Amino acid sequence: MLSRVAENLYWTARYIERAEDTARLVSVNSHLLLDLPHHTALGWSTLIDIMGCESRFDERYDRRNEKNVLHFLCVERDNPGSILSSLASARENLRTTRDVVSREIWEQINELYLDVREQSDAGLSPRRRDSFLKRVIRGCQTVTGLIEGTLSYTATRCFIELGRNLERADMTTRIIDVRSGNLLPKDPEELRPFENLQWMSVLKSLTGYQMYRQQVRLRVRGPDVLRFLLQDRHFPRAVARSLESLSWELQSLPRHDRALAAVALVRAEVLEADVQSLARSPDDLHAFIDELQIGFNNIHDAIATTYFARFDDVPRAVTAEAEEDEED
Amino acid sequence: MSLIDWNSYDSKGFYDELLEAPGRPRQAAIELCDVLASFSPQELAERKAAAEIAIQTMGITFTVYSEGSMIDRAWPFDIVPRIIPANEWRRTEAGLKQRVEALNLFIDDLYHDQRIVKDGVLPAEVLEQSVNFRPQCRGIDPPHRVWAHICGSDLVRDRDGTLYVLEDNLRVPSGVSYMLENRNVTKRVLPEVFATGRILPVDDYTSQLYDMLASLSPRPYDEPQIVVLTPGIYNSAYYEHAYLAQQMGVELVQGSDLVVDDHDIVYMRTVEGLTRVDVIYRRIDDMFLDPEAFNPDSMLGVPGLMRAWRNGKVALANAPGAGVADDKVVYAFVPRIIQYYLDQEPLLPNVPSYLCMFEDDRNYVLDHLDELVVKPANESGGYGMLIGPRASAAEREEFAERIKANPRNYMAQPTLALSTAPTLCDGTTEARHVDLRPFILSGPDIQVTMGGLTRVALVKDSLVVNSSQGGGSKDTWIVETDEE
Repeated sequence: MLSRVAENLYWTARYIERAEDTARLVSVNSHLLLDLPHHTALGWSTLIDIMGCESRFDERYDRRNEKNVLHFLCVERDNPGSILSSLASARENLRTTRDVVSREIWEQINELYLDVREQSDAGLSPRRRDSFLKRVIRGCQTVTGLIEGTLSYTATRCFIELGRNLERADMTTRIIDVRSGNLLPKDPEELRPFENLQWMSVLKSLTGYQMYRQQVRLRVRGPDVLRFLLQDRHFPRAVARSLESLSWELQSLPRHDRALAAVALVRAEVLEADVQSLARSPDDLHAFIDELQIGFNNIHDAIATTYFARFDDVPRAVTAEAEEDEED
Repeated sequence: MSLIDWNSYDSKGFYDELLEAPGRPRQAAIELCDVLASFSPQELAERKAAAEIAIQTMGITFTVYSEGSMIDRAWPFDIVPRIIPANEWRRTEAGLKQRVEALNLFIDDLYHDQRIVKDGVLPAEVLEQSVNFRPQCRGIDPPHRVWAHICGSDLVRDRDGTLYVLEDNLRVPSGVSYMLENRNVTKRVLPEVFATGRILPVDDYTSQLYDMLASLSPRPYDEPQIVVLTPGIYNSAYYEHAYLAQQMGVELVQGSDLVVDDHDIVYMRTVEGLTRVDVIYRRIDDMFLDPEAFNPDSMLGVPGLMRAWRNGKVALANAPGAGVADDKVVYAFVPRIIQYYLDQEPLLPNVPSYLCMFEDDRNYVLDHLDELVVKPANESGGYGMLIGPRASAAEREEFAERIKANPRNYMAQPTLALSTAPTLCDGTTEARHVDLRPFILSGPDIQVTMGGLTRVALVKDSLVVNSSQGGGSKDTWIVETDEE
């Protein structure tokens, strides 16, 4: 498979997952804020920090209020990470390689983008917010379903799975981060009565509440939820599970040593995390998630260097190794 | 009651491909005409709808630019096929082979000894002023000494039924995928006519293309790695590039996917690492192929590709520089080129042509602008030409100035009374003008497609068949008849 095609597929999948998870992120914050007492709520500002787009946001808006943040994360065309931009990027990436996937996949992505664009043009009122986010999540899941049901298990599918699983692991940690971000107030005592509610919102935004109840069979407690979302090997949106899928996909590709090693490192970090103490300290949790994100970047770099390598200058001569490969 | 009544079909004095007179189908078309006339209006509408659905589900599109954005349009298609009797086609095929053989000898000569110029058959100034002559190609010996591996020649029929060669496309001719897809659509729409078994098949083109490309490989003992090189999705023929790559089972690459190392070996970047490429079916114009050798600003090309080709490490089809024979002025010399290299009389006639570079011809052209079609030497897609009888006096005046300013760039031909074929319009058939583009493959031997792509001017009385300008297409049937 051509590197360019692999790269396009990988990014298509990342952008689709990013659109879906950004919708989930906005949704968990909305629900959290509804549950929290007014004077404790830190509001919408944390979302901007968590998505790592502070400067881009502050260039455009003077206030981090609900309206601005929502607009920026959902439909802002100048924000490459917004839901609308992510869908546009997914579509652009796939457009140049659409011959390698089934026609239905291309049509669904195209349709979803056009639909979301139309809804954004109509404006994002608080009343319509929920149905907008649902439409995005459902649309992205339809793409995932079509991939599952119509795409052969070849390198094409493999690069899609790589993109999706890496993005999902990354975004799940960001969604967990919303919770820690919103608990930064210095007096955790005040928030204790609401703690369970908040963790429940996080689970629900990841459609993980029922799976959690079935597997954990305990009341919703911080450390258990954290263990479930970080370390569970069965829940599809759990970080450890996504990383496991990533390793599994990589094993079907040639020259996977470096990328596999990068995944193994992050997996070890996740599985060895002390969830008890992380759940007690929002600051530690935030720092831990930052560290994981560095690991995710390393995984991406390893994949990109191995499989998408672009030679900006002409190589002097291709190494003997490549020549040998070719003659085998 | 049927909607199609051949007795009232009127081609207004033009030669019609299916009927010799109202109510009298030509022998090869009798079965088709009978079947079409037997359809009820509803049945006819259903067949037309079936074709539209097939085109949509098969995803047959072409790309047009409109107000700065790119649109994929469904391929405009007419369900009534154009028919050529097999015995006539065999003569045409022989003529095309002769023509392409001579053209390849001509190109090879131009890049070596230029005997044809030294012998005074081709004026030196034609060559000197050719914009498609590539000095970088001098002295190169491509495999089989073939330069134009894939040629698309446009044929038109005049009022008296004579088939003329209108032009030869030797650079990156397109349309063959539509020829193949038109057949697939027609088989779904008119299966009953195919049951007679008299329609000769077209579908071995892609395997012939593959075999021809494989024969060019610099490593003949290995299974060759062949790729199709496309400028990308914004090219109007991208659909065809993807189609041919898919049908041959080879990679569709863009310039950025390829890299040339210091040993002049071409590789493509794959997830397995760099993989050596042997043959490139390139659908990019010469000038964009290699920024090292040609246009340094080209983003589409591959730096070093020309030296890889020159040193025989990779094959390019068509070879760079082949376009030197794809020039409307050189065209006028083709009958002489055939005589010169093959010592044969041309089997297919050229349209009589006036070359504005010669004073006598130029004066004739300027005096008869209202009767002639004037074409620039190096435009394709029907752009930049003057159709004298349809132009206003002011347009003719302006064109006359252009000719005087740059006579070498213009040639003129009489306006041909292009033949027509019945075409479905508003539920009945009307005569529309058609041409024909067969494709000729040259490798160790020469092969011609069974028929070709029939393009039809869907607009009433229009002579412009280009899809970018309101043209459509038809399936082309070569039909065995009992006639000798």
